[in-house]
Amino acid sequence: MFLPSVALLAALLTWSLVAIPHFGHYRGPYGFVLNRVVLPERHMTNVVTATVFDYRGFDTMGEEFILFIAVTGVVLLLREQDRDESSDSEDEIGSDAVRVGGSLAVGVCLLVALWLIAFGFVTPGGGFQGGVALASSLVLVFLVASHKAWSGIASEEVLDPFEGVGAGGYVVVGLAALIGGMAFLTNLLGPGTPGTLYSGGSAPFVNWAAGTEVAAAFLILFMEFIEAYVVPLA
Amino acid sequence: MTVATLVPLQSVTLALVAAAATLVVLTRDVQRQILVNGIYGILLVILFTVFAAPDVALSMLVVSTVGYPLVVLIAIARSRNK
Repeated sequence: MFLPSVALLAALLTWSLVAIPHFGHYRGPYGFVLNRVVLPERHMTNVVTATVFDYRGFDTMGEEFILFIAVTGVVLLLREQDRDESSDSEDEIGSDAVRVGGSLAVGVCLLVALWLIAFGFVTPGGGFQGGVALASSLVLVFLVASHKAWSGIASEEVLDPFEGVGAGGYVVVGLAALIGGMAFLTNLLGPGTPGTLYSGGSAPFVNWAAGTEVAAAFLILFMEFIEAYVVPLA
Repeated sequence: MTVATLVPLQSVTLALVAAAATLVVLTRDVQRQILVNGIYGILLVILFTVFAAPDVALSMLVVSTVGYPLVVLIAIARSRNK
C-alpha cells in the first residue's frame, strides 16, 4: 500500500511541477494592476496591506471572523465557570538572566508590534502580523514573570471587550460607507500623504480594528490553554 | 516586465529549507522536534525575505516562532500529564 501511494504522489507532484510558470514569470494580471493603481488611488506604499485591508477588505473581514469563531469555540470548550482562584502558586523565575533579558524583550517586542500595526500600510506589516506580535510580547510576561503578573493582563474582563471591539470595529467602518450611500467598506476618507501615517483613507482604521481583534484573540487562546493545561501541572 | 532569475543566495536558502524540512521529519523526539521546527521556520522567514516578500516573512515569523510552538508545547504538556 505504501509504494503505490508514494508512486501516485510522486506522479501528481511531477505533473503539477512541469506545468508551473518558469521562475520569475508571473502570469496573473491583478498583481500588475494593483502595483500600478495602489499608490495613485490610495496613497499607500505597501501594496500588500492595501490589497488585504482595502481592495479585498470584505474577504479579510471573513478571515477575521473565522479567527473570532475559532477562539469562541476554544473558549466554549475550555472555560470553566468556577475555576479555583487559589492558583497563586510560587512560580517565580529563578534565573536573573531570564528575568532581566526577558523584561527588556517585552518592551522591545511591544514596540515592534505597535510599529507593525501602525505602519502596516507604509512599510511591511499590518494588523494580522502586528496583532500576533502584540499578543506574543504579552505572553512573554508569563514566561519571564509570575503567573500572577500574567493573569493581571490575561483575564476575560480585560480581553473580551478588546476582541469584541476589534471584530465589531471592522464592521462599523464598513457600515459607515453604507450609511453614506456607498458600497460596504468603501474607502471613505481622503487618501492623504503617501509614506506617512496620514495616508490610506479609512484603511488604517480597518487595520487597527483587525490588529486589536487578532491580538486579543491570540491572548484569549493562550490564556485558556494556560489555565486549562499548564496551571494544573504547577 | 522584468524577468527575475534565481540568484545564488536564493538557491542556497532553498537548499537549506529543504534540508531543515527533512531534519524536522527525521527528528523523533517531540520536544527536540519543536526546536528543529523553529529553525526550519526561521529559514522559511529568510527564504521569503530573499524572495522579496517581507509581508509573508512577517506572517511566517509570528506563526512559526509564537503560535505553533506554544500550541504544540501545551499539547505535549497535556499528553505527558495523562
